[in-house]
Parts: sequence; structure tokens; C-alpha cells
Amino acid sequence: MDTLHVDLDHALRSFRLSLALDVAAETVAVVGPSGAGKTSVLRAIAGLLRPERGRVALGDETWLDTEARVDLPPERRRVGLVFQEYALFPHLTVRANVAFGGRDRVDELLERFGIAGLAGARPGAISGGERQRVALARALARDPGVLLLDEPLSALDAHTRRRVRGELRDVLGELGLPTLIVTHDFEDATSLADRVGVLVDGRLLQVGSPSELVAAPADAFVAGFTGANLLRGVASASSNGLTEVALDAGFTAYSVDEARGRVALAVYPWEVSVAREAADDSAVNHLRAPIASIVTLGNRARVRIGPVTAEVTTQSAERLGLHEGEVVVASFKATGARLLSVE
Amino acid sequence: MRPSAFGVALWASACVALSFLLLPIVAIFSELTLGELRAGLTSEVARDALRVTLETNLVAMALIVFFGTPTAYLLASREFRGRSLLVTLVELPLVLPPAVAGIGLLAAFGRLGLLGGTMESLGLDIAFTKTAVVLAVTFVASPFYVRTAIAAFEGIDRDLVAASRTLGAGPARTFFRVALPLAFGGLGAGAALAFARGLGEFGATIMFAGSLQGVTQTLSLAIYQEFDVDFDSALAIGALLVVGSALVLFAAKVIPAWTRSTSTSTTLFAPSGSR
Repeated sequence: MDTLHVDLDHALRSFRLSLALDVAAETVAVVGPSGAGKTSVLRAIAGLLRPERGRVALGDETWLDTEARVDLPPERRRVGLVFQEYALFPHLTVRANVAFGGRDRVDELLERFGIAGLAGARPGAISGGERQRVALARALARDPGVLLLDEPLSALDAHTRRRVRGELRDVLGELGLPTLIVTHDFEDATSLADRVGVLVDGRLLQVGSPSELVAAPADAFVAGFTGANLLRGVASASSNGLTEVALDAGFTAYSVDEARGRVALAVYPWEVSVAREAADDSAVNHLRAPIASIVTLGNRARVRIGPVTAEVTTQSAERLGLHEGEVVVASFKATGARLLSVE
Repeated sequence: MRPSAFGVALWASACVALSFLLLPIVAIFSELTLGELRAGLTSEVARDALRVTLETNLVAMALIVFFGTPTAYLLASREFRGRSLLVTLVELPLVLPPAVAGIGLLAAFGRLGLLGGTMESLGLDIAFTKTAVVLAVTFVASPFYVRTAIAAFEGIDRDLVAASRTLGAGPARTFFRVALPLAFGGLGAGAALAFARGLGEFGATIMFAGSLQGVTQTLSLAIYQEFDVDFDSALAIGALLVVGSALVLFAAKVIPAWTRSTSTSTTLFAPSGSR
């Protein structure tokens, strides 16, 4: 399988999109807030947007090379692009939509995506999850060398989303195509992709496996994006060999990381424990504050205590009899507190 | 509930306006007996005028659709310098007085006009022929089509066009398989509007093509010629045009709605694309 090489430099409205990325036979997710230039990346690869400078190639097939004045039109680039709103042709049936990309494998694809029964239906008459499968089948019908998915799950409601995410992961795994997904949802990115790149204001801040991003976020933005609590404060040396951080929220916390001056302290919710009294364990950071809110998500409960959110099992929350307004202690270890510089 | 004074005022104004608009149409039909209508429509003048009108208008519509559709697609889908100026130029005949259109066409295609010498050397003499009627109708009616067609093409979700390209269809195939079918309702409505305008063409035609029975005399021109000779005959032709125009207007409203109902979409696609 050929590797997709992407190197782009293009001025967007308020910043420059500047990114280099290689995608082998794997799924890479580019994740970032809306307006970070994610869709422009896909459009440039597909040939729908011409960057000021850049190179796009699949293996030794060059699709775009601004220096060599190569710029193939979209129809000559072997891409399968699945649009955010799917962009199914409303005047064509499901079968005709899929056949638009290529006639050879229509029946096989309809069968494979479980949409053979909808072959005669119009896109307006089928559900969101079904539309997504039609869009995917259509993109694959032209036998692409690269698959590009623009926010593949955002047009779906929360219930469908979870199911489709699982289906999509299986399909991408079977295809083994170089696949690039853009999404604003870190959870979607981690569940679908082998590698995740965080794109902010047109720049890739960090690329790595989901666990690498969580374990060692490059900066406060990546940490926040991966779901960490971010507590701002001022770091200074402490007599116990740790770094002492005077948090803006009025507490003092300790970290094993070296830092001085303004920092963001990142701690993941699942590394924060909740108790009625500060336990005499290895955790050195204890914040005593009333519970602001408790949100239950299946078997997990997210408990907001002062400036931090702790994630505990629903079972523990019930055993402790936690309720809003009650004063409790949130604890985390100095090794779980990462210090990130703030610009 | 007691109607408010404002509500009463709205209804009163609407009654005055609608009565005024309907009165002439009612008068055309109430001043005619069925016998007079039949006699008027079977007269030689009326039959010749109907034939000339249909022949010239069908040719004009073919020209308008054939050249107007690509023009509208170009103006709707490409960004280039001077685009809005071109759109304004296309719309100019809408506001131009028909007499100006007539004199302009004479100045361009008449024997002594801009292209007169070229035409003459080719053995063509357009003024006061059926070709002149076609040109006059095409000139005044085309903006109705092109304007609506631009809006219809602009109303197509750009992602659909982009999707077609990424699925391997070049610009031409994308036009025929995606843009044209999706704009079809809007194009139909535009064609109906242009046709209605063409049927009633008077000013430019009488100046550029004259009013020769059986050659250039259309229904509108026949009314003008007949009304001081045989008022009932003029009324009968008028009645025919009222019915014809009403049917065309109805078609203009129904065609886009019909397209909409058969092509539901979750995208931003708007078939009639009114601006």
C-alpha cells in the first residue's frame, strides 16, 4: 500500500495552514477545534483547494507539486472523500449514488455495507447512519488509494454515533487504506485512529498515538484537548525537591516536573480520587472544596470539586454517598500532575 | 375575536388592489359572448397571429435555453473579475424600455445598422422578417431565464459538485449529471417566465419587425391592429393570451415545487434558488 505524503502551506483567513504529514496504511486523525484548518487539509489533498505552496503525493504518483507546477484536478486523484454532511446526490437513488463512483463493485459494496435493501431509496428517505454507509460505499466505489473522512460522526445523533463509530473502526481496519480523518472530537479520534495529530491555528502541535498524547501532552492545549484538568498557577522550587505551584484557584499543589513561573498543571480526571477526609496515602495534593456537580456517564461519574473534575466509578460515588454541595477532598499524586508552559 | 382596525385596513387595501388588477381581465371575458369569442379566434388574422407567435417564440426559447444555460452556469459557478458586471449586463434588458430595445436591434441588424453591411453581403436582410421577431423576443425575454438559471445553479450545494469531481467526474460530466438535474426545477421556472414575457412582446417587435400579417404579426401586435377595426376580435385574441399567460405562470410555480418534492435532501440544496 502506498504512503500518502502531504506538505502544505496556505494562508487561511487569520492564520497560515502549515503542515507536513505522512499517512501509511493506517488511520491518522487530525483533531482540533473548529476553524483550525482541518477541512482545508482534506480539500487540498483532494484537489478542491489549491494551496499557495505544497506537495501531495501517493507513493510515486504526484498529485500536487507547486514548484514543479503539477496540479491534477480532483477527478484524476485517487481519493475517496466522505463529506461532513455526506453530500449524497439527492436526485439519485442509493444505488446510482454508489455507481457514480464506479460501476464495477456496486453490488459488492451495497452488500458489504448492508444497504442493498435501500438500493432504490433516495438519500432523503434514509437515516443518518445509513447515509454515512452510502457515502462510504460511494467513496470506495472508485477504488481510491486514500480515504479522507471529514467529521464522519458529527452529523449523527449521540445514540447512532456510538454504534457507527464501532462500525467505522471495523471497516477502516479491514480496508487497510491510508486513511485521514479530521474531527473536532478527541474521543472520536482516539477510537478510530492509530495516530492522532492535534491541529491548532493551522499548525500540528503534536502527532502521536492516543496514549502518547495523554501520557505526554506537548502543551496545555493538547492536554486540555485530551480531557485533562488544567489548573493555572505560578511554579517555584520547593524544599521537598518537588515543584510547588500556587494555583490561581487558591490552592497549592506539587508536581515532580521542573518548571518556574506561569504554568498550567494538567491532571487527568481518572487520576483524581475523592474522599471525605484527606487519606494518608501516597498522594500529596489535596484540595478541599464543595462538590459543584455530579454527572453520571454509564458506569462512570464525573465529580466537579472546586477547580478540578474527578472521574470515579458510579459504584464508588454511591458508596461514598456523594451529593452536590457536600465538602470533600480531591487528591492526586505529584507524579500525576504534569506542568506545561503557558504562552 | 374583534378584528383590529389595522387588520381591516390591510384587507381593505388588498381588496382595492386586487379588484383593480382583476377588473381588466374580467372585462375581457364579460364583454365577449361565446359566439364572438369563437368568431374572433377563428378569423384569419387571429390564426395567422397565433401561428407566428408560436413559431417565433419556440425558436426564441430554444435559443435562450441553448445559450442561456451555459452562460448562467458560468456566471454562477466561476469566480472571475468582472463577474458581477456581466451579471448586470445580462439583466439590463429587464429594465430597458422596449422601444429602446427595438431601436437598438434596428441599429445593430438593420440595413443601415452596425452589422447591416455584413448581413447584406451575406444576402441576409433581417429587419421586418420572422427572424427579426425571434431576435426581438430573444432579446427581451432571455434575462428572465438567465437570471433564474443563475440563481438555480447558485442554489446547488457546492459540496455536491465537489463530491462529483472527487468521484472521478470531470467538469462536463459534473454539469450534466449533477448540476443540470439539480437546477432543473429552477431552469423550468425561468423558461416559463421567459416564455410568458416573449408571448406578450410588443414594443421591440413592432419597431424591429413591423406588423405584417402572417409574417411578423404576433398575437400582441394583432390586438393592436384589430382594436379600432374589430374590437370583439381584439378582445378574443386578448382572452386567448390571458389563458395562455395564466397557464405559463402556473407552470412556473408548479415545476420547482414538483422538483423539490421528488428530491428531498439534507444538504443546503435549493432547487428554485430564488434570490
